[in-house]
Amino acid sequence: MAAGIRTNELRKVYNTAPPLAAGAGGFSFAEKRSKGKQPKPEVVALNGISLDIHSGEIFCLLGPNGAGKSTTVGVLTTRVKPTAGQAWIGEHEVWKEQSAVKRLIGVVAQRPNLDFSLTAREILVFHGAYFGLSSHERSSRAASLLERFKLTDRADQIVRGFSGGMMQRLSIARAMMHDPQVLFLDEPSAGLDPQTRLLLWEIIREYNHSGKTVLLTTHNMEEADALCQRLAIVDHGRIIALGTPTELKNSVPGGYLLRLRFGHHSPELLQRFQSLAGVREVRATENNGADLYADRGGSLVSEVANFALAANIELCDVHISEPSLENLFLHHTGRSLRE
Amino acid sequence: MNYKAFMAMLARDVRVARRNIVALLFQTFLQPLMFVFIFGRVMVGSGYMPPEYKSLLLPGIMALSMVGTGIWAVAMPLIAEFQFTREIEDRLLAPMDISWVAVEKVVAGTLQALAAGIMVIPFAWLLLRPGVDLSLHRPILFAVVALLVALFSACGGLALGCSVEQTHIGLMFSLVVAPMIFFGCTYYPWSALKNFPIMQKAVLVNPLVYASEGLRATLVPQFPHLSLLAVFVGLLGFNALLLTVGLRQFHKKAVS
Repeated sequence: MAAGIRTNELRKVYNTAPPLAAGAGGFSFAEKRSKGKQPKPEVVALNGISLDIHSGEIFCLLGPNGAGKSTTVGVLTTRVKPTAGQAWIGEHEVWKEQSAVKRLIGVVAQRPNLDFSLTAREILVFHGAYFGLSSHERSSRAASLLERFKLTDRADQIVRGFSGGMMQRLSIARAMMHDPQVLFLDEPSAGLDPQTRLLLWEIIREYNHSGKTVLLTTHNMEEADALCQRLAIVDHGRIIALGTPTELKNSVPGGYLLRLRFGHHSPELLQRFQSLAGVREVRATENNGADLYADRGGSLVSEVANFALAANIELCDVHISEPSLENLFLHHTGRSLRE
Repeated sequence: MNYKAFMAMLARDVRVARRNIVALLFQTFLQPLMFVFIFGRVMVGSGYMPPEYKSLLLPGIMALSMVGTGIWAVAMPLIAEFQFTREIEDRLLAPMDISWVAVEKVVAGTLQALAAGIMVIPFAWLLLRPGVDLSLHRPILFAVVALLVALFSACGGLALGCSVEQTHIGLMFSLVVAPMIFFGCTYYPWSALKNFPIMQKAVLVNPLVYASEGLRATLVPQFPHLSLLAVFVGLLGFNALLLTVGLRQFHKKAVS
């Protein structure tokens, strides 16, 4: 049975600088010295995150660096203790039933955190052993994952010498080793070449088809769009929008941009485009061009072409850009207004 | 506690130790045995030291090897694994309370320290003979003291390993480990400090004193040594303290 994920008003305030990718705080003499001399700087990483991720869903947390994505994953995977709020994996409350939660989850951290003293195969086999798999199960599952992630030829080498992409693939293989009900992937495709990224997407989809829940963080809209059933946009530790990729994209007025170029410039024609349904703004640009901001894309092209034909003006070029993370994000945070 | 996960982690540490066995042997034995050779063999042979010094030196060298091994075996991997690579993460995510990950490190360190202690005796004996007068009349008592010494070294390794950053490893050795060794009654018995009364009292805050004197009391009881009661109280007290501090620091490092 797959498990869902729920959080209720999660808050996390770091007293020291938040660790990279929500790792851990550290002890240093410098920190000790400054104690008491100046107030500890407080960084609010999560500011009331409430989520309800259904079991069997691929859910995306989308946001810029430092938005709180990794801290959310850290709290859900027992690595970061929340300042307030609760989180559940399936029926288990994360901070009260840690061992039960850890059995249900597989985690791929933002940076590869492999056991550098071991070989690739040993990493998988020992991981299986930590989760109580039998010796036979461990070795057969490790072999098939190494094959699946194209690591078989380096399987018996110490991972210290692996490339970043290979380490990332092995991290994902390790997270899947005990067949967890919920898979967390923190920016899984960072540093992967396009081919490996496609392999990864395929593997994530396949894993999800077997009924598993996947939570992934990304700042890549394309990835969120390709993989997720629903996504949440996170900024400054808050969820600012939540829905399916299409719903969210449609929530941006004028999210589409049609860049047009004509044979010659005609202010009357541009004026007529204003009357087309869904067009929010028309701007004349250089070289007889025009930018149409609209809440629909492809369906406008034929109407634009008809108007141009009627006015006897040649339509030389059309480029449609779909709503991107950038304009989605700008719209939802309102930051574009300040720029 | 999850017995299977715990044993798997122990097996992982054994695998890593076995892979590094040659380096480990040099690291554990080279320095103590050189010391044994120069002070026990050269200095005694040339008449600068009395012949009894050989027997007095051996328990101290055993304590030194055990404590050095235990601290190194626990602290160094922890310092490395808690660095930005976060290698320890896969064990922290294993389905058991994270305190057991720390306890496993202590158990692995204790085993390594015991192995070092047991192996250094024949090596040192071979280098020093003839004239080493070991009298192992109370083997069980000796085993208990050796276990407590090994445990102390591993708990010390846990406390240090979780409190020191990689950039401060050199400082850890020069500020903590080196003074502990020199003021730890390893090369001389505690009673030899009677002409330095303040120092004799002050070194009692050094847990290595109880380790060296405890091994001296059970291996060469013919020489003056701290009472076994003091040794047990000292070692048990320091073990409890270091384990508590170590676990607290481990939690601080492991969970942000």
